Amino acid sequence: MYQYDEYDQQLLDERVAQFRDQMRRHLAGELTDDEFRPVRLQNGLYIQRHAPMFRISVPYGHLASRQLRKLAHLARTYDRGYAHFTTRTNVQFNWSPLEVIPDMLAELATVQMHANQTSGNDIRNITADPFAGVAADEIVDPRPWAELLRQWATYNPEFAYLPRKFKIAVNGAIEDRVVLRVYDIGLDFKRDAAGNIGFRVLVGGGLGRTPILGEEIESFVPWQHLITYCEAILRVYNRYGRRDNIWKARIKILVKALGVEEFRWQVREEWAHAKDGPNTLTEAEVARVAAHFVDPQYEDLPADDKPHHHHIVENLAFAAWVKRNVRAHKKPGYASVTLSLKKTGIAPGDISADQMDLVADWADRFSFGEARMTHEQNVVLADVKLSDLYTLWQLASKAGLATPNIGLLTDIICCPGGDFCSLANAKSIPIAQAIQERFDDLDYLYDIGDIDINISGCMNSCGHHHVGHIGILGVDKNGEEWYQVTIGGTQGNDTALGKVIGPSFARAQMADVVEKLIETYIEHRHPDERFVDTVHRLGIEPFKQRVYGGEQHTQRKVANA
Amino acid sequence: MPKLIKNGRVVADDWQLVLLAEGEAPADVAVPAGRTLVPLAVWQARRDELAARAESGELGVWLDAGEGPEDIADDVKRLAVIAVNFPKFTDGRGYSTATLLRTRYGYTGELRAIGDVLRDQFNYMTRSGFDALQPRADRYTDEQLAAAVANVSDFTQPYQASATHPQPLFRRVARPTQAQVKS
Ligand code: SF4
Repeated sequence: MYQYDEYDQQLLDERVAQFRDQMRRHLAGELTDDEFRPVRLQNGLYIQRHAPMFRISVPYGHLASRQLRKLAHLARTYDRGYAHFTTRTNVQFNWSPLEVIPDMLAELATVQMHANQTSGNDIRNITADPFAGVAADEIVDPRPWAELLRQWATYNPEFAYLPRKFKIAVNGAIEDRVVLRVYDIGLDFKRDAAGNIGFRVLVGGGLGRTPILGEEIESFVPWQHLITYCEAILRVYNRYGRRDNIWKARIKILVKALGVEEFRWQVREEWAHAKDGPNTLTEAEVARVAAHFVDPQYEDLPADDKPHHHHIVENLAFAAWVKRNVRAHKKPGYASVTLSLKKTGIAPGDISADQMDLVADWADRFSFGEARMTHEQNVVLADVKLSDLYTLWQLASKAGLATPNIGLLTDIICCPGGDFCSLANAKSIPIAQAIQERFDDLDYLYDIGDIDINISGCMNSCGHHHVGHIGILGVDKNGEEWYQVTIGGTQGNDTALGKVIGPSFARAQMADVVEKLIETYIEHRHPDERFVDTVHRLGIEPFKQRVYGGEQHTQRKVANA
Repeated sequence: MPKLIKNGRVVADDWQLVLLAEGEAPADVAVPAGRTLVPLAVWQARRDELAARAESGELGVWLDAGEGPEDIADDVKRLAVIAVNFPKFTDGRGYSTATLLRTRYGYTGELRAIGDVLRDQFNYMTRSGFDALQPRADRYTDEQLAAAVANVSDFTQPYQASATHPQPLFRRVARPTQAQVKS
């Protein structure tokens, strides 16, 4: 992964010093709440329900073992012994006191970590494929490009006070594993017929109150223009995006207002000035950054490992884990392992300090010292030998990190919601738990198969509910917590937004609602059809019928009111 | 007298700012003698009358956040001072305005940030091309303003190309290779 040189480190140290002084002036009353707000947000610091919430950046989800150990140390020293992994591959602490944040930042800086631009109206942490570099369907490794973008975006003087937040994602494989179309800019790296690297540009996607899928504005821009092209988009947005209404300030609204054609034309006109200018990438710079992302020292191994197969045959639990949590690797004899942070009874995405230390140990022992976070809020060890899988499984099982549920119904994506987040309309964690408890039979889960359930506690959509096969959204009705349900949302190459099935539900109804949706699917499914495929084939009607079906529903609603 | 941070020093400033009251016509507003910054609308309406004063260096133009460098592109050679107003410090349009004035329209005179200008934004403003920073007169004590000069150089070797750094870091310095970083 990318290692800082003296320039990266100096910039980061200067940032820590800058924020320490800002905090000092704030506490001394020299920097008002309003003035402090944007600078603290640009350093990851929110004022939350219980205490400040502190959001640390993990660029494109990559974590070295020493960084994991540092997070574990921070969790123990300044917080309550755990951290939360988010859908944007950030790490959140919920209980650290305001005054210690500069110290936490200073500690993070010693392991090349930070909270740069994890909030605020600026360019946020850049997301990339969690299986970058190891996926068999990869065309271009997205990580060097994500790193080049990270450097351009970090402390960028022109784009720190945009109309609204700005999120960029980078993919480079056949399968879209980052949900490109829900980003302000989605960059899809590929090769042209001659083998030259370039990228397709999608712009104007976003969830939130007005979910919109991004549209293509360029089908292929050569790699040299990565920075100048993005800069042109940002400049058009910074100058002309709406600033009068926070709900209409994202770039998606500007793109919609202008129309894609006109927006493309404005970007191209802006780009014409910057194209081939100093921000044009050089081969030398790309090579310098790419050298940090070369393959680790893989051993030459046979594609098959006999003892591994033996364990699969002998041990059903291990076999189940391999089936769900282990992915094929481009290198024979290796596999990628997903450690599940979705054990029933634990808030989705939460990880304890001890678990972080263990993952760091396993990363060192089995996976070249690196781990990755996914937007599904799990942790990946990307380069594990087949012959190590059984040992790793035993260790992970003991640590509560081997729930064999990746991609299954209980692998729920869930924002912190009303338990922590001051923006929430409703709690989200108890909904996830009620669903996990209802579906506690592993055989039934396997029978149901692949399904994404996504839960957000409010329209900010941190749980990406619009693209969940089943999406659950907390809504406020006269001060009460209710939940709106969508079905048919999809991530990946066929990204689609879910449709609302009808009036919202009380919390106590939610497990029943999900159960009925699943029963409807089981009754109607064709062989090899996933839940979402059945929804797409039949439409929402049968599901709606089942969930709201006449009297019974009304009675329940009253009973639960 | 109001203060200004210019070239890393706090200096006294005697430029007067002409504001256009709501409903007031640019043709009617009084432009006082002495060093004066007029709104873009006044400049556009009375260019012939004001051009000589601009060329003698005692009249400049200020742009509001929604006014772009295009509006003044033909005049950059004869203006000694252009100011850009930040109605709120969170309104970032002025950064693009400054960037474009410096890097696209070739403006070389004084570029002044006015309005809600805070020391926490000094570095980004400077890198975007402002060489004169004017917080509201009542915002900082003399002592605080003197200390704030240091914020101009919060970041000494930034990644990006900008008005102050014509080349991005990767063209500006020879960055160590991965092998050198690791060893
Ligand atoms: S979706 Fe809403 S409730 Fe959930 S974390 Fe985001 S802002 Fe908070």
